[in-house]
Amino acid sequence: MAGHSNYVPQSAAAKWLESRLPVISLVRGSFVDFPTPKNLNYWWAFGGILFFVLIAQIITGIVLAMHYTPNAGLAFDSVEHIMRDVNFGWMLRYLHTNGASMFFIAVYIHIFRGLYYGSYKAPREISWILGVIIFLIMMGTAFMGYVLPWGQMSFWGATVITNLFSAIPMVGEAIRTWLWGGFAVDNATLNRFFSLHYLLPFMIFGVVILHVWAFHTTGNNNPTGVQPKTKQDTIPFHPYYTVKDLFAIVVFMIFFSWFAFYVPNYMGHPDNYIEANPLVTPAHIVPEWYFLPFYAILRAVPDKLGGVVAMFGAIAILFVLPWLDTSKVRSGTYRPLFKQFFWIFALNAVALGYLGAMPAEGTYVLLSRICTIYYFAHFLIILPMLGFLEKPRPVPTSISEAVLKSGAGKPAGATAAPDTK
Amino acid sequence: MSTMIKMVRSFATVAALAAATPALAAGNAPHIEREQWSFSGPFGFFDRGQLQRGFKVYQEVCASCHGVRQLAFRNLADYGGPSFTEDQAKQIASEYTVVDGPNSDGDMYDRPGILADKFPSPFPNEEAARASNGGAYPPDFSLLAKARAGHRGFPWFVFDAFTQYQEQGPDYIYALLTSYPEENPACLGEDFSGYYNPKFLGGSVTAEECAHEHLTGGPIGMAPPLSEEIVEYTDGTPMTVDQYARDVSAFMMWAAEPHLEERKKIGFRVMIFLIFFAGLLYFTKKKIWSNVDH
Repeated sequence: MAGHSNYVPQSAAAKWLESRLPVISLVRGSFVDFPTPKNLNYWWAFGGILFFVLIAQIITGIVLAMHYTPNAGLAFDSVEHIMRDVNFGWMLRYLHTNGASMFFIAVYIHIFRGLYYGSYKAPREISWILGVIIFLIMMGTAFMGYVLPWGQMSFWGATVITNLFSAIPMVGEAIRTWLWGGFAVDNATLNRFFSLHYLLPFMIFGVVILHVWAFHTTGNNNPTGVQPKTKQDTIPFHPYYTVKDLFAIVVFMIFFSWFAFYVPNYMGHPDNYIEANPLVTPAHIVPEWYFLPFYAILRAVPDKLGGVVAMFGAIAILFVLPWLDTSKVRSGTYRPLFKQFFWIFALNAVALGYLGAMPAEGTYVLLSRICTIYYFAHFLIILPMLGFLEKPRPVPTSISEAVLKSGAGKPAGATAAPDTK
Repeated sequence: MSTMIKMVRSFATVAALAAATPALAAGNAPHIEREQWSFSGPFGFFDRGQLQRGFKVYQEVCASCHGVRQLAFRNLADYGGPSFTEDQAKQIASEYTVVDGPNSDGDMYDRPGILADKFPSPFPNEEAARASNGGAYPPDFSLLAKARAGHRGFPWFVFDAFTQYQEQGPDYIYALLTSYPEENPACLGEDFSGYYNPKFLGGSVTAEECAHEHLTGGPIGMAPPLSEEIVEYTDGTPMTVDQYARDVSAFMMWAAEPHLEERKKIGFRVMIFLIFFAGLLYFTKKKIWSNVDH
């Protein structure tokens, strides 16, 4: 990353620091002078948006932790104490709970952008795999965070998910007891979830740095999927992408604020305003919305262990995606058939989300099974075959050529639809 | 043997509680009408008079069974609430008896409430509450307006994000309080001595005789609590069941979300700032990118 900077320290202090720890040239090489393809559209802004949301979650979370009590008898009331008595506590909590949803909205867009433009393909496999690891840690963090208010859905969600581990043959029961720290979801479970909920975001932060390091080594992908060839193809990150990302972040903040200030409980479940009660099972235990597609896959399989394997497999399959897609063309823009299957896959994912929220009965079960099979078929059958069957459109020889062909004369800042750039 | 009794008892509790938990009844979910509230929408605010009236209804009708344990007497004088003066709130607090202690002799003692106290609950514990209410557990009011919601379903829940519909709780409470039928449905039989409410989310009609009646809601432990002129309004507001139900629902929304008004006010300022800032950034971006073909 540092290699991209031609920074020469001027002041004595800068020279002193640079000869001992070249941190200034590292930052300049990565976020100031870093050569970035000039044709990135606004779908690329979600990386910056995600970084902003991660920092916002960490800051609101640290302050919330100052007022929260991770004890099964006190947790629920301590959240209400934050909502009622802590100065702007209601704002911190609503920003944090809605921030989790925002995090997933942004990450899903970010993942689908990668899927569409083939950002997982060589030479960016490691960036992609690190991204999947971030996604996994995010899911763990969000799940444990949802347990902390110790409401009915917190408690029963934790019970359902931890019980999944008991499906593992031989050692399942022992693992579950070990996870619980006892023989039921109780105070010990809440304590460890709080501890891990505080730890994992910093691990995410660490993997984010690796993720950025990896794609700064290979260079960003871009809507054409063509590697930059000349200096005309790239522009320095600053000021071009700092201002573009900042604009996108502020627009995203408007969206975020709409939920946090006006409909703060829209993404939540009313049952979580009832204190956890081990003796009362809610009629329908539903996870947070961002887990629903995976929850649908879990319930689609009639066997418990099979369901757990399918659910984790749905994420694990992303790790090998770079080797499942056989097409030599990176960007979906030049792949007429892939483009159609991409949108079918996206619709299928939304359908799975809807089915995850519905009771597991009647036609819902059948539909869940069809959608689950399609989810896996997309990766295991469609993508490998498309590479051989599809006749891609001609790919531009360079980014500059693609830009001059379609983008010239367009007002700067006009958002490009994925296909038009 | 004692474990057996314990188990039987806990199963009985599960059954009883299950009946009192909000459920999205799959078949006959009651339809909850959307009502008009001063506190809905981006500029929503609490009507001070309504909160004071609702508090009066709560005190005189509901408080004998339902607590508001998260609410403190000082909240009555807080910004965004019923706006009692501090002296009025002190006066209200002093009418309650609060257990304090231990004193220097090691004894607990009763004293009049002060502003810093939370509202004492009517029963010392759930078991006592059930014993006094024929097995039913009157839920605490502190969060009830956020803990109940009728089923919305697709596509309505999508629109709710845009129309800022967050008043499912008070809508439900109002519907429940105003929907007790004059007589119980005949199919429940003469032996049925409880109460039935077609809007109740926490139960369903299981009697076989009712299978074809498509009854929504179900049996409820609470007798119809409101009747005409049961609470004296001195400001000329009509003393009807409808008005009482509206007022107490608004009070419960405030009790569940005391910073609602502040939240919406700050939210509006945040929006104005962000939209203006985004506008400036848009033009800055346009200027910076003007020399790049992209």
